[in-house]
Amino acid sequence: MKAASEASMPDSTFLDSTELVLNMGPQHPSTHGVLRVILKLDGEKILGTDCVIGYLHRGVEKIAENRTYAQFNPYVDRMDYVAAVSNGLGYCLAVEKLLNIEAPPRAQVVRVILTELNRIASHLVWLGTHALDIGAITPVFYCFREREEALNIFEKYCGARLTTHAFRIGGLQYETYDGFERDVKAFCDMFPPKVDEYEALLTGNRIWLGRLTNVGVLTADECKEYGVTGPLLRAAGVKWDLRKAQPYSGYDKYDFEIPTRQNGDTFDRYIVRMQEMRQSVRIIRQAVESIPEGPIMGKVPKVIKPAVGEAYVSIEAPKGELGYYVVSDGSTQPYRVRVRPPSFVNLQALDRMVRGALVADICAVIGTLDIVLGEVDR
Amino acid sequence: MADEQKPGGTEAPLPAGGEAAGKPAKPSPPKPAAAPPKPPATMAATPWESDLARGLKERFGGQIRETSTYLGQNFIVARPEAAIPILEYLKLEADFDYLVDITAVDWPKRPERFDLVYIVYSFPRNERVRIKTQIPDGHKPETAVGVHLTANWLEREVFDMFGIEFAGHPDMRRILMPEEWQGHPLRKDYSILQQDQRWVQESLGIESGQ
Repeated sequence: MKAASEASMPDSTFLDSTELVLNMGPQHPSTHGVLRVILKLDGEKILGTDCVIGYLHRGVEKIAENRTYAQFNPYVDRMDYVAAVSNGLGYCLAVEKLLNIEAPPRAQVVRVILTELNRIASHLVWLGTHALDIGAITPVFYCFREREEALNIFEKYCGARLTTHAFRIGGLQYETYDGFERDVKAFCDMFPPKVDEYEALLTGNRIWLGRLTNVGVLTADECKEYGVTGPLLRAAGVKWDLRKAQPYSGYDKYDFEIPTRQNGDTFDRYIVRMQEMRQSVRIIRQAVESIPEGPIMGKVPKVIKPAVGEAYVSIEAPKGELGYYVVSDGSTQPYRVRVRPPSFVNLQALDRMVRGALVADICAVIGTLDIVLGEVDR
Repeated sequence: MADEQKPGGTEAPLPAGGEAAGKPAKPSPPKPAAAPPKPPATMAATPWESDLARGLKERFGGQIRETSTYLGQNFIVARPEAAIPILEYLKLEADFDYLVDITAVDWPKRPERFDLVYIVYSFPRNERVRIKTQIPDGHKPETAVGVHLTANWLEREVFDMFGIEFAGHPDMRRILMPEEWQGHPLRKDYSILQQDQRWVQESLGIESGQ
């Protein structure tokens, strides 16, 4: 802590406030990783913020240029490591677009099941840690208990729990295991009552409401201005979800809704994400009933060498629009892979969301942004 | 995204379920060094015909060098000074109110070394367009912050990774790399093993990061 030195204070009394610059992070439990925020304060009021990021920068985009298309596939899991399956799906779709191929129907349905399970797992990490930041200790244990069930399915399917590398360019490497459908159905039966349980703990809770209502408001126009997508945009009343707007992997075949709210505050974002988990279960139920027979791998050339060209493909990741802009120069290695990370873009709106708020609110707002620093820094 | 058009030309991508799928794989054993250095192959893009493309050409004339579509994705190649007016036009006249991304691609052998790529999306039209400009090393393109606030961090990242400075940007600092770092990692002449040795030694107190 250090006082801003430029403020000369001959006339000021002890009660006059002066600007204070407070450093938060990078080692701070409620920054969800290594995010450093420099806060400018007037008493408890936030006058402005400056985010210092890059502590987890590993040069993923540079690595991509030095690996073949298939070799780079596992690296994308290390960006948003709580939603690795979504990262993999986006990358595979982008390269498939460049190759002008499509995964076979069976692979697409399995992809949807795993991606939606991953969305639930990601939202559970968000809910647990968000509640913990605000002072509710119980939900994190409940959330991690149910997340474990989803991760068990990943582990049985591909051997890994977090960095799954579940998909391959052109489809899937592994056939589903015996009992996959039974496990997924059991999860779908088990999970919705658990969401009711979380809601019983939080939704009507006075402290929860007090800490969340009208905190970190972001209107629809501000969201668009800042490029903010995902649950934040939907909580501001914009009914926009890439799964509906530009369907991929056969999402147009499933019947589900896009939950929206109107106020765009932290509480609305909480409600939107809770409803999204229920919608994900709804999608998984339909998908698991309709897994078609057939191959799991499309006609992919042995050596992946897309024609000279470029493609931008984006998916609705749990955090928002996750895009891959891949440029091919006709060789076996991508010439350029640009990842458009939802966390990075959404984090930029932090300043707008907390200006004028109290210091304590910044933990709530960072929690509601649902950032993963691995994806912010890449 | 509108109609998918089959790209023509010699370097056409493999057709969807085609018999050509296995063609390039079979004769060559998996030896990356054997990749044949072909004379400049170009993207097999086809002209993009739409009201929007016509409107843009009418409004900007010679400043738009190309309106094309590849794999069903539309893009504009424009002169560097036209990029911001085009973004403004798209935002105000055509509802492209969401700037998805700004990024760059380094082509060191070209005199205009960098491709600067803007991706915009329109919620009402559910349509995406890429705007590409080509700029030489050292050229300072105009910032897009005045049109879309989200450009702030995106341009800082482009500056950090490629060393492209944006004129008029309110806060042109590095964003991911340390501020004193020398070099711009995503340039093609920056080797994957390269690092700022001096920074590593002074800041981390170790001989080398490798």
